Amino acid sequence: MNERRNGLKEKITNNQIWQSMFRHGYEKTGRRYTLQVLQNVWLHLHPPRVTRHAINFRFTWCMGGITFLMFLVTAVTGVLLMFYYRPTAEYAFRDIQYLEFDIPFGMLLRNMHRWAAHGMVIAVMLHMFRVFLTGSYKKPREFNWGVGVILLLVTFFLSFTGYLLPWDQLAFWAVTVGTNMARATPVLGHEGPFAPQDIVTQANDVRFALLGGTIVGPSTLLRFYILHCVAVPLLASVLMALHFWRVRKDGGISGPL
Amino acid sequence: MLSRRSFFKFLGWGNFLAAAGLAFGPGLIRFLYPRVLFEPSSVFKAGFPGEYPPGTVSEKFKKNPYGVWIVRKEDGEFYALVAICTHLGCTPRWFASENKFKCPCHGSGFDREGMHFEGPAPRPLERVQITLAEDGQLLIDKSVKFLEERGDWGKPGSTLRI
Repeated sequence: MNERRNGLKEKITNNQIWQSMFRHGYEKTGRRYTLQVLQNVWLHLHPPRVTRHAINFRFTWCMGGITFLMFLVTAVTGVLLMFYYRPTAEYAFRDIQYLEFDIPFGMLLRNMHRWAAHGMVIAVMLHMFRVFLTGSYKKPREFNWGVGVILLLVTFFLSFTGYLLPWDQLAFWAVTVGTNMARATPVLGHEGPFAPQDIVTQANDVRFALLGGTIVGPSTLLRFYILHCVAVPLLASVLMALHFWRVRKDGGISGPL
Repeated sequence: MLSRRSFFKFLGWGNFLAAAGLAFGPGLIRFLYPRVLFEPSSVFKAGFPGEYPPGTVSEKFKKNPYGVWIVRKEDGEFYALVAICTHLGCTPRWFASENKFKCPCHGSGFDREGMHFEGPAPRPLERVQITLAEDGQLLIDKSVKFLEERGDWGKPGSTLRI
């Protein structure tokens, strides 16, 4: 039996196709474990050596990892929802109802997307709280704390732009009220401090760039859709890559106090 | 001294960065501000003055896309109030029996003049320009605003006396 299995393994792995994809062998040695982590694009995300405290749940709460998991869930379910959702004033709300009541597993997918988004906001805040409590923002990790703060804002902005997409009364008024804050932007908002009157108006201030108009309308729906599905996730991905890379380069997960 | 090589390096990179900077800076920002908007006009006619009895608040033009109350005082003077709560932008309602505008979101109250007197609203309702059109109808221009806190109420155009 064992011989047969070894023969099969030999057949699968001992050829040019397999070895062109997987450069490392399978002997049970420390060198192989390290090689495998270094040479596999998926496994290299995890460091070859991990300190004992880094896998201690009570020290890390695993919140950074959970945030990333939530991001992946929203990305996958979000791509699936995009198959049915059209970001125009005529169709947006109808497509949401279609997804909710007719599409097989549509309700499940939409709720997964929603709850994962909520979970990501909660987890990212708890992650920040943990990093603060363990003093992990201190030298040499100051830069990564800064990147993390931007990622927190990016997470909020992802939630906010997604809020408009159902295009119902809740979405419309929540975004109307939310974007009214942009009127009060210093200098760049038409009701903000230091904004020159009659030069900065409703039609050329920073809120206009966000809404694509002076009121929340179809162009706002399209703008928020592009931001929610393409621009902000791309930005978040780049920043997350930087964030994770810096965790490794700054000496891995910080030690206990 | 600046060498020939570093001079051309500076020139080349400078050109490249200036072009890229213009395209992705001012160009991208300008791209976000379209020339034509498909929004309702800020100017509209609101019928003849005779349609509004003195001492009433008309909700006829409160609906989309107008969003203003046309108020006529007992002495016949007109003014137009924007139907947007100055707290967070919800749409208040007019209660004739209580003689006040009341916002359903957080309970801000405004009197008939538009002055805030209860709830979280930080300033009075906004007034917009009201004049007579050539055909004798009321002409409202929502792009011209009169704010009480700037001392605009009473300026020409903020009220209309017939």
